[in-house]
Amino acid sequence: MSDIVPTEPTAKINQPVLARTIAVRRRSGSMMIVLIYVASALALLPLILILGHIVVRGFSALSAGFFIHLPAPAGVSGGGMANGIGGTMLLIGIASLVSLPIGLGAGLFLVERRGSRLANIVRFLADVLNGLPSIVLGVVAWELLVRPVGHFSALAGGLTLGVLMIPLVTRATEEMVRLVPVALSEAALALGFSEFRTAFVVVVRTALPGIITGALVAMARIAGETAPLLFTALGNAYWSWDLSKPIAALPLQVYAFALSPYDDWRAQAWTGALVLVLIVLVIGLLSRVAVRSRQRLSGAATVSGSSRV
Amino acid sequence: MSKGSHAVDFRAENIVATFGKRTAVDDVSLLCAAGAVTAIIGPSGCGKSTLLRCFNRLHERVPGARVSGRAFIAGDDIYSSTANVVTLRRRIGMVFQRATPFPTMTVYENVASGIRPGTPGSARGAVRDSVERALRRAALWDDVRDRLNASALSLSGGQQQRLCIARALATEPQVLLLDEPTASLDPLSTQRIEELVYDLRRDVTVIIVTHNLQQAARVSDRTAFMLNGKVVEMSDTGTLFTTPCDSRTEAYVTGRFG
Amino acid sequence: MVSLPNTSAQSDVALHSSSEKRGADRAYRPFSDALYRTFITTCASVIPALLILLAIVIIVAAWPAIITARSEILVGSNWDVSHNHFGALPALVGTVASSFIALVLATPLALGCAILCAELAPRWLRSPVAYLIDLLAAIPSVVYGLWGLFVVVPFMRETFMPFVQQTLKLGSIPIFAGAPYGPSLLAASVVLAIMILPYIASVSREVLSAVPQSQREAALALGATRWEMVRDAVLPFARSGLVGGVMLGLGRALGETMAVAMVIGNRNAIPGSLFDPAYTVASLLANEFVEASTALHVSALMAVAGALLLVTVLVNALARWLVLRTQHVASAE
Repeated sequence: MSDIVPTEPTAKINQPVLARTIAVRRRSGSMMIVLIYVASALALLPLILILGHIVVRGFSALSAGFFIHLPAPAGVSGGGMANGIGGTMLLIGIASLVSLPIGLGAGLFLVERRGSRLANIVRFLADVLNGLPSIVLGVVAWELLVRPVGHFSALAGGLTLGVLMIPLVTRATEEMVRLVPVALSEAALALGFSEFRTAFVVVVRTALPGIITGALVAMARIAGETAPLLFTALGNAYWSWDLSKPIAALPLQVYAFALSPYDDWRAQAWTGALVLVLIVLVIGLLSRVAVRSRQRLSGAATVSGSSRV
Repeated sequence: MSKGSHAVDFRAENIVATFGKRTAVDDVSLLCAAGAVTAIIGPSGCGKSTLLRCFNRLHERVPGARVSGRAFIAGDDIYSSTANVVTLRRRIGMVFQRATPFPTMTVYENVASGIRPGTPGSARGAVRDSVERALRRAALWDDVRDRLNASALSLSGGQQQRLCIARALATEPQVLLLDEPTASLDPLSTQRIEELVYDLRRDVTVIIVTHNLQQAARVSDRTAFMLNGKVVEMSDTGTLFTTPCDSRTEAYVTGRFG
Repeated sequence: MVSLPNTSAQSDVALHSSSEKRGADRAYRPFSDALYRTFITTCASVIPALLILLAIVIIVAAWPAIITARSEILVGSNWDVSHNHFGALPALVGTVASSFIALVLATPLALGCAILCAELAPRWLRSPVAYLIDLLAAIPSVVYGLWGLFVVVPFMRETFMPFVQQTLKLGSIPIFAGAPYGPSLLAASVVLAIMILPYIASVSREVLSAVPQSQREAALALGATRWEMVRDAVLPFARSGLVGGVMLGLGRALGETMAVAMVIGNRNAIPGSLFDPAYTVASLLANEFVEASTALHVSALMAVAGALLLVTVLVNALARWLVLRTQHVASAE
């Protein structure tokens, strides 16, 4: 036992001083917390402003005609963005046709080979692809799909959007499939299911609501993309379902109308923006509802994989 | 393979199973006789579940896992290079510790899911018969005969486990592997499952892993005691529990450890 | 229960391990399995293949301009198509300047939101705030541009710029000088800031959530206040991840096209002040690509696009790596 005889108190606890220190720390801590709340409010303020403007200004030109009519000639009132809405739907259709199978397959790959070097690389590259400027994708698409054939086309636009969608669908698939308990696929294999059947009849089928939700969210994101369409789909003032011709798209029209000098067109640009935001909002809400109901479903069947002894 | 197939022998020979560097099953050989229930008991970590998963080639699916040795079902080596894993797994059914009904399928669809076109019992109309037969064998038919089209999740825990048993039986397996099937069930469901296991012995060779000594004593004809990856002793159940040869066995069955 | 060495948590076990091919390669597998494995591997390889394709196409297309104009593309300020001068420096400067100003504006607010959601806010508040932030991220770029064009730019022109120049008498300082047209570097930076804010916020929120609870508990046990716990225990731990989140915002800002093109003024000269119109690489491409007249023009645009691609890829890759690093350290705890 060592004898420690303090020559003088090492920590003289001075109660008033300590109390003051604590009070100062608490006060500055509270101030920081208030600051953080203020910062967050400031961060959300633009959202309210933007949504407010869109609703107020977009409403003025909102009418049934907006969804039915083609754009009126410059300076003439009336007309709508019907071909833009239709065009966007067609483009999303093409994009989904391309990206959904590839995204599903890639997502399954990431789960099947989880932990392997290759899977980590693919996942990383998918994130990189996701973060690329979409205009660069549009430029490359022009070089590959437009220049060789000499004309802009809906197909080129759809394919470009499809490429944009692939990383989104891949990640969504991976996340949803990961939620399926391993025990379920083991039970299927133990029954004599082939890997193919296990993956599709059991795993994907169980994860399907989530995958569909992820796909819808990806589609909503694509619907608003403009830059990649500038050099591929180009835009069209009329109805067109021809894949080899330029096609109208809602964001392209919003862009063109916004930059125009005509008040009618500008008002309709706001309405187009309103429609775009509504699509995004509705799908976002649906996806949250779907997530919650799926959790209820899988909660009843939750079988966490137990460690093997 | 006919309906009501008679049970067959299941023999394991020098099974070694590893997870990376760790050996979970260390050179195990045993014989599970036809028409009998064989229980494998032992403390946590002894390798009994791993051994069971070697019997239907599930163990090797874990990344980094390896298995060597041979296992024979009615003389066919499941580890031979020409073995068809998928068809073999239809002859060797497995039921897991927690019930895993397929959540997107109905009761009927769950049971029918293992019945593949081309196998006996898959002809039109015959599927329904097979499903009913499997559900009867699993002592579940009376409970669900009116709700075959209900979601599998609408059943209680014990019923779901019996559903999994029915699902496994629907492929008319010759061997049935049960990995602690009643571990998460209430006593009443446990009893019902033990009863049906006892009834199954006539035409299915049952191998059951359990940490419940009383269950092993109630249900099995032969019992193997495992410790640290090896089978220490295997004999008739009565003998193992009353007059075990090895002192470690005695220590375990009398509750001194495990 | 014995834990498995060298394997990830059992619930993360790969569905169909490739070891079945290696370890027990003594079995016949149904044809559909080979089909399935080929299918998923092919789909997965599309992603790296696309990136390689992208790189190849751009390099090949930009090559003529690169060997003709060489470094002029990056350091020359004269973009004169008719005389084959392709100095893209103004666009590059504008891109970098607008992105960095946007970062400066957005990062404190985004971090505040993230800290709020991850640490400080009561439970009932976290979900709605997170939802609103996600909503900000989901608004299409062209809608931001529209709002920027008809709300922010007039605000700049009629309110903010006169305020700064006349009321605050700061007009003589170079950075606030220049005729207040409205469309300007500042307007673009502000709009960009709003656009990248949700990305920084959501990544930061995830990073902060990944900080192990033990860190927080240790700080609180030592008598730290709520804020001190965040400042001293959580933030340092998450530091590289937070930096990664900010860099992700940067990556997005660099590549943003539509909103910027609508509010930056599109003047192909290096801006002298915040209030001057400016240019970015993305808006250069958006404005000139469709009507590019000569092959060399197209090639030069490709070269500029390639530069943007390279920088964005590097920034994004570095950002992701930083975020992953924090998550790995956190899960190893």
